Amino acid sequence: MNAPVQLLRPPAAGAIAPLLRADGVSLSYSDGARTVRATHDVSFDVYRGDRFVLLGPSGCGKSSLLKAAGGFIAPGAGTITINGARVTGPGPDRIAVFQEFDQLPPWKTVRQNVMFPLLAARRMARKPAEEAADYWIAKVGLDGFADAYPHTLSGGMKQRVAIARALAMQPDVLLMDEPFAALDALTRRKMQEELGRLWEEARFTLLFVTHSIEEALVVGNRILLLSPHPGRVRAELNSHQFGLHSAGSAEFQAAAARIHAMLFEEPAAAPAAGDAEPAWGRRVAAERT
Amino acid sequence: MSLLLDPPIRQEIEYRAADVPAAVVARALPWNARLWQHGAVRKSVILLALALLWEGAARWQGNDLLLPSFWQTAQAFVSGIASGELLERVQASLSVLLRGYVAGIAAAFVLTALAVSTRIGRDVLETLVAMFNPLPAIALLPLALLWFGLGNGSLVFVIVHAVLWPLALGTYAGFQGVPETLRMAGRNYGLRGLPLVVYILVPAALPSILSGLKIGWAFAWRTLIAAELVFGVSSGKGGLGWYIFQNRNELYTDKVFAGLATVILIGLLVENLAFRALERVTVRRWGMLR
Repeated sequence: MNAPVQLLRPPAAGAIAPLLRADGVSLSYSDGARTVRATHDVSFDVYRGDRFVLLGPSGCGKSSLLKAAGGFIAPGAGTITINGARVTGPGPDRIAVFQEFDQLPPWKTVRQNVMFPLLAARRMARKPAEEAADYWIAKVGLDGFADAYPHTLSGGMKQRVAIARALAMQPDVLLMDEPFAALDALTRRKMQEELGRLWEEARFTLLFVTHSIEEALVVGNRILLLSPHPGRVRAELNSHQFGLHSAGSAEFQAAAARIHAMLFEEPAAAPAAGDAEPAWGRRVAAERT
Repeated sequence: MSLLLDPPIRQEIEYRAADVPAAVVARALPWNARLWQHGAVRKSVILLALALLWEGAARWQGNDLLLPSFWQTAQAFVSGIASGELLERVQASLSVLLRGYVAGIAAAFVLTALAVSTRIGRDVLETLVAMFNPLPAIALLPLALLWFGLGNGSLVFVIVHAVLWPLALGTYAGFQGVPETLRMAGRNYGLRGLPLVVYILVPAALPSILSGLKIGWAFAWRTLIAAELVFGVSSGKGGLGWYIFQNRNELYTDKVFAGLATVILIGLLVENLAFRALERVTVRRWGMLR
């Protein structure tokens, strides 16, 4: 266990039960010779309508956590539940948007891409699926490109298709794994803005992975801060008060500086409980570099 | 601060973007350059040059029995087509060829689908390909004749062997090259097992599968012609290989050349019409192949 220094857990908020719950999740991966712990004993609750951000330096296992929530990798210890049911594999109730542009099958047009999961999961017949696809394509501002093939689109447009495809499925949780990281800075800012607008309209539940402090503050309403390798919970913070409009404000800068300080503090200031593990973590990190 | 090392500080200027004449933005190429863009035109020129070279070489050599000229071969070809004999031979060869080809494709699909879904299937495929891919199909012909007798069964058997391994190898390599993200996206929608193979892996690996199909087609042709040269006749109807062999025995060298030309022509037609068209409506349209 990591000693909770600033860990402010919400009291079990009365009648509202969390939608997605990670309880003591540890993830490991094997590189052939040994197993490496990616995240250690991570717990968090995501409520309906949350824009929950997993934030941490690279190698803290935040993407692995998201993939575990998606059911793509099984936790070594702990459980992930959605609506009280344990996650055992991938399913259409949790749709993922990845960073890589090749998540869109190149042999399908934009419309076919958005329809594909609706048909594959037997959610809808062809006709209503087509209508749903056109609705969401228009929502992400791609009307007029419905019959285009992905290779003719820009990176930002491809990510919009992926978002439309995910939202058309109306998943319980939308999983986003650094979806804007491969975009240029201007496009990224525009996409963050549009994601906020889409959330205002559709009020989906979002689990969002990023390594950018600013993006976490702008996109999320709550941030789970993970420590460097192996990822442990460092803090759980509120960021509902921030948006793109407040990105330059003094409070925003202060919040960013506070997170920055927590991410890059000296190892000596780290919680001393369970000495063996941080030391092991440091050793592995040193070997890996 | 030194004047030598620091660049000078200059005035800031704002410009208004001037209009660019349309002729500068996009200009049409001259007609001969546009014509040369067509692959068919370039390849026709190459074929014409080869035919001229052949005609010249045959006339210079002056022995019809050893090297008939292009013109004589064309005449033999036309008369072969007109009498219907050549077409009959082509039909006999193609029907056997297609049977073996389709059976080989089906077998390759089953093997690779097993290989991507189970570990033991992968080991089976890798072992079998390593064993049988280097084995020339024609080397199995004596065995096939022993097992299936003098008939089309033996031909189909060796053609399946010729198609199966290169196609399985290409398809499996294509499956392995499918991006992990795309697989995860497919699994995300609840696809697994055969639907994942059919809806995600096969289209994503289509460039490799198509090149495997092309190689398989060429191997099947070679094997068939070679096998027909060895025994050829089944129930009195031989294919193209038998036609070539028979005419060589009777020293109709122009007909031998006509038979060879037919093999080449069919190869060119399949490559340029069937496979090229397939590529154009699939992988090229999808931007997976330039």
